[in-house]
Amino acid sequence: MHRLLFGDNQFFGVNHMSEEKARAQAMQFKDAPSIMRVLDYAYDAGIKVFMCTTHDRVGEVADIVRENPRRYPDFEFYPCMPYAHKYANSVGEVGIIETARRFAPGGIVETLIKGAISAVTQDAEKLAQLLVDAEMKRFAGLKTPVVFLQNVVTDLLLGLKLYPMFAIFARHIGEKYGAEAGFITMNLPRLVEALEQVGMKDPIVCANVNKIGFRMPGGIDAYRELIRSGRCRAIAMSVFASGAIPPTEAIEWVCSLQGLHSIVFGASSPRNIRQTKELIEQAWGRGPVS
Amino acid sequence: MIRAGLIGVGKMGLSHYAILGAHPRVEVAAICDSAIYITSALRKYTGVETFRDHRKMLDSARLDCVVVATPTSTHFEVASDALERGLHVFVEKPLCLDPGQSKRLADLAAARRRANQVGYHNRFLGTFLETRRLVQAGALGEVYHINGSAFGQVVIRPQSGGTWRSKKSEGGGCLHDYASHVVDLMNFIAGPPERILGAHLRRIYSKDVEDAVYATFRYPAGASGQLETNWSDDSYRKMSTTISVFGTRGKIISDRQECRIYLRQGAEFEQYRSGWTIRYITDLQAPVAYYLRGEEYSAQIDTFVNAVEAGTAKHENSFASAFETDQVIARILTAQSGD
Repeated sequence: MHRLLFGDNQFFGVNHMSEEKARAQAMQFKDAPSIMRVLDYAYDAGIKVFMCTTHDRVGEVADIVRENPRRYPDFEFYPCMPYAHKYANSVGEVGIIETARRFAPGGIVETLIKGAISAVTQDAEKLAQLLVDAEMKRFAGLKTPVVFLQNVVTDLLLGLKLYPMFAIFARHIGEKYGAEAGFITMNLPRLVEALEQVGMKDPIVCANVNKIGFRMPGGIDAYRELIRSGRCRAIAMSVFASGAIPPTEAIEWVCSLQGLHSIVFGASSPRNIRQTKELIEQAWGRGPVS
Repeated sequence: MIRAGLIGVGKMGLSHYAILGAHPRVEVAAICDSAIYITSALRKYTGVETFRDHRKMLDSARLDCVVVATPTSTHFEVASDALERGLHVFVEKPLCLDPGQSKRLADLAAARRRANQVGYHNRFLGTFLETRRLVQAGALGEVYHINGSAFGQVVIRPQSGGTWRSKKSEGGGCLHDYASHVVDLMNFIAGPPERILGAHLRRIYSKDVEDAVYATFRYPAGASGQLETNWSDDSYRKMSTTISVFGTRGKIISDRQECRIYLRQGAEFEQYRSGWTIRYITDLQAPVAYYLRGEEYSAQIDTFVNAVEAGTAKHENSFASAFETDQVIARILTAQSGD
């Protein structure tokens, strides 16, 4: 797994501190070419991984990369699924079952409803696989060495104590796509315990890790201890806490954590990409990283 | 351990289930829904006891409290059944379609001294809490106008049927589903309005329900209020709620992420100087032990669990305050001009 990953929140109107800024960014990145210009810069600066939600527009980015193999020989996608708002909005509109019908073709939902109790475990597993496959379609023929479950789903399963679903996801990702499963979460210490309970060793996990403890349930010390313990390959996200921490201070702190595997960050301008990359390289003190 | 039951395992029910499940002092002992393909899958993986009839669950599952996340039209019956059996009750918003029923539930809960909370989670957001604190402390001087808005994409194409949210008789529509949050927040910050001067309920894509609600309020002290909500606006990625309060000494514009305060020259207040101060959720929100979709969802369940443990009917977001919100909603319906 690469150590420096490029994120996508800035492209899709996600900003955890300002709705106004999020809207301005959504306007700026209104189509795939405008996103691609920023990705090109990151790629040429040596950041080869795009960690992205399975948003429709990412599908268009995937098409561009697929059509230009010479331009992007080392481009890797780390898809994060599902693009939760697509499902959440649909559930509000047409309900859980109709949503499953919309996104999982092939009559599986009917089987699920009719099958009632005896076959339900098997059917739920099959449904999960079909939903994953539907999300993975847009990445066919591209490099996707790590596939993530988004935090809304990870943390929902965590709270519901449906831990076997984590293993089902990881097995399917491995068997069908030859990739490793990753888990985005807002509850890192609790998640790693759950993953260990279903037999997953050294899992890839991605969580908020920042100096002010923003959205780090369990507290900074628990996170620091876990990351140092070597029980997981941790990717830090939200290292700037949406801008609440000045860049240099934020990066010096996160890079000083022992055992941290990777950092994912998003930026909209060449200047910010370059600056962040240089700050991380300096702080890690081991020359260029990618 | 508190034994909790869940009635209604849909979108909000699952979310509450996860938050309760993660709470160290709560055991989700039983769940109830007519959709057995969902409950049976949950039973299979977690061993939770499942029911199709809520009364059977209330009678046999030895519960301390229930969370009710069924369609609004059923809230009164289900919540009464639970309160009459001595259980503490958390109900999704809005409380009831008929404010008279909301009042009866509030009285019943108070008489039985049971925790009685409604899921207006915005009241647990640091930005809105700070807005309310500043307004009530008089930082803005005399408040003369309050504006509440919510936009998002729930219904973005013509529908046929769909869920209960598209049926007026069950409590669907933008007014009960979306505008209720804003009305409740406006009540939270400014108290309930005295009159509804006018209201327009607008259909955009739905057949049976409104997709947008516009209304003008008058407050007892003379301030005016404006409500603007639209759940058919797909330029918003998710529900976006904003409250603006205007006073003689300044104003506040607040959403779930930012609280922007402007104070006039000479109107400094506590640490707030004149001019703009912007405070972010990163410093206004208290951390929670488990996070799903937002701190406010966990914070409201923490408040409920604490009230259950204390055996008190007095806490934030009680049935009594939700009754005030239901009254405003009912008066908007009466005042509407139609479309």
